[in-house]
Amino acid sequence: MTATCLSRRDFLKGAAALGALPLTMVELSFADSSKNFTFAHISDSHIQQIQGSNFVYNWDRGLIRAVAETNLLTPKPDFVIFGGDLAQLGKKEELDHGAEMLSKLNYKVRCVMGEHDYYLDLGEYWSKLFGPHYYSWDHKGVHFITLNSVLTYDEWTHNRWPTAEQRMLEMAGLDNPNGSPFMVGEEQRKWLQKDLAKVKKDTPVVVFSHSPIQKIYKGWNFWTEDADEVQALLQPFETVTVVYGHVHQIQYNQIGNISFNSVMATAWPWPYPQSYAQAESHLPKLTVPMNRADPFFERDATGWQLIDLNTGRVTLRYNLWNNTNRTVAYNPETKQPEDTVYQSPDKRIPPQIHY
Amino acid sequence: MDAQRHTRIRVGTLLCLAAFLGVPDGSGGLQAAASGGAAEIGAVPLGLPPVEYPADNPQTPAKIALGEKLFMDARFSSTGEVSCSTCHDPKKVFTDSPLKVSEGIFKLTGTRNAPTVVNAAYMQTQFWDGRSPSLEDQALHPPVNPVEMGLKDHQPILDIVRTDPEYVQQFKEVFGKSGEAVTMTEVTQAIAAFERTIISGNSPFDRWFFGGEADAMTPQQIQGYHLFVNEGRCVSCHVIEQTQALFTDNRFHNIGVGINAIQHQIPKLAREFLKAEATASEVDKKVLTDKRTSELGRFAISRKLDDIGSFKTPTLRNVAKTAPYMHDGSLATLREVMEHYNNGGVTEPGDPVNDFLSSGIRPLNLNDEEIDALVAFMEALTSPEYAQ
Repeated sequence: MTATCLSRRDFLKGAAALGALPLTMVELSFADSSKNFTFAHISDSHIQQIQGSNFVYNWDRGLIRAVAETNLLTPKPDFVIFGGDLAQLGKKEELDHGAEMLSKLNYKVRCVMGEHDYYLDLGEYWSKLFGPHYYSWDHKGVHFITLNSVLTYDEWTHNRWPTAEQRMLEMAGLDNPNGSPFMVGEEQRKWLQKDLAKVKKDTPVVVFSHSPIQKIYKGWNFWTEDADEVQALLQPFETVTVVYGHVHQIQYNQIGNISFNSVMATAWPWPYPQSYAQAESHLPKLTVPMNRADPFFERDATGWQLIDLNTGRVTLRYNLWNNTNRTVAYNPETKQPEDTVYQSPDKRIPPQIHY
Repeated sequence: MDAQRHTRIRVGTLLCLAAFLGVPDGSGGLQAAASGGAAEIGAVPLGLPPVEYPADNPQTPAKIALGEKLFMDARFSSTGEVSCSTCHDPKKVFTDSPLKVSEGIFKLTGTRNAPTVVNAAYMQTQFWDGRSPSLEDQALHPPVNPVEMGLKDHQPILDIVRTDPEYVQQFKEVFGKSGEAVTMTEVTQAIAAFERTIISGNSPFDRWFFGGEADAMTPQQIQGYHLFVNEGRCVSCHVIEQTQALFTDNRFHNIGVGINAIQHQIPKLAREFLKAEATASEVDKKVLTDKRTSELGRFAISRKLDDIGSFKTPTLRNVAKTAPYMHDGSLATLREVMEHYNNGGVTEPGDPVNDFLSSGIRPLNLNDEEIDALVAFMEALTSPEYAQ
């Protein structure tokens, strides 16, 4: 135990001094130290075809860079999650081009379905490339689950739109009155219930989804309509973490036993909806705003993350290009995820209030 | 928020203040205190801010003279043939132009193009990869680098400055020290004090932009200026501010030079640095003697993935006189440099872009006439003392 603490302190000291993404894992305090591990998480690349073999340069560069950097991690992560929205409009060309870039990863990759991957052909081509839409697996004592959380009402999906292309475009819009809220859906919830029935209550559970399995802002689908039902299935477990993409920014929250952590996009950032509305709202409060981005650097305000799993909790190390890296970890004292540097009010990054 | 961002915000505040005072636009505006040379301590040529002197190393005329003498002294190399001024030649804007990379003892070559000492006083870090925090620290390294001045340690330098009658006299006068009390601290302080006098502004651009001389630049150079701050995207890193222009942001960027050639070796090269932390002196030797490691750039120092293949933004002052260009001297002319940027960070059009390219670099779609104008603008950055 002493050795563990020592190496961790040295590790943190080194990380602070260098300001670097920590690349040298140390023993953390899982019940069995052989069960400590890391994985990388890349998300929301929105690969977009312009015409033929011409794709949006900026989005390509984000995914290429995340893949290249992930391949340098030492020691190697156990696997890589891609968090959804690999494509922009669900086209084969976009999914193929994105899959080709992901194929350069030197690790096993598991994919999450995003709405931009789904609503053209309802995930058919995506499935040929990446497999089932939802699934679970066990790894070093942790039960992992990947959900397809971007489904919606059957009527909207199957009966409302004259073409698949229009259905895709309607779901891609923000603040779109023709849109429809995301959901996990009854069929998948039944599967989840059955899947969880085999899992002991003290087994750490980590869920990957594209949308947050919590309700933040409906207009942008920072929302899952049946979040309450899904959460109810997860609450009986002692240690649960939901890691989601879609929001293109750093968010974290705790609801009962469930920690929520978002991941960054490699394509572009979204603001927090409250800051966009510029008016009083009842959104969950964002405590640590993201650092101001320099628009000269197309990658500023995007990034990817290395995730440590220890004591069954996740620590997300955000690699933020052209900006200051951040780390969000579960704080056992406050029993919620917190930014390890900026959480205290006097350490926070002041939000931009002038232009 | 890191220190760089604080700096930028502070600069932003200054800019707002300048806006109230009147914005110089090249056709008449703020007149900064001008000075032709750097002889007078604290005097600042047009276009430059005051030099900041470290509290523990104040400038004195005697110290500057001592520093200059040390700077020129070839005895501080293993062969007695290489001085600081070998690679930083006052007659060549304190570079070794037209060499691509510097030549040390026995004509051994390093991996990097000698950066000018001119205006190095304003740099927040020294060397292409910023591995040295100050001019004082920087001066410690070349004497003991195997491909530069080749000494095993600093002792031969100390032996000379402690016994040579002129040096004994001068160190006594400047620092009040003699014998063993004279150490590399005093030696490097004197060299740094001299280097802090090597500042240079007052170029045609400065006279046009800060001095309000409408005809100090040609119409083509003025066109080049507008491209420089707009479509060329140059000014985001080669900074021009309302009251001064250092043409650097003091940051590190991968612009697709050098790194493009070692793309497949990056995982292996990078892993060596990620596994073990090297000492400053080991890094100094490694980056100057191993070409492939050199191309890792700032990453070899910071070990940040974001820094792979990135190098410090150099000043552009007097750049027309310091060919060839880039950290490895791989581009022979300013036109080649412009074409490299115009291609989006690749020297030959169609070559693959490196995975770690700075996201500020992208194809510019400038035409030949615009590239000519940008080159003409850079020729307007030459200070009068280096114009010949």
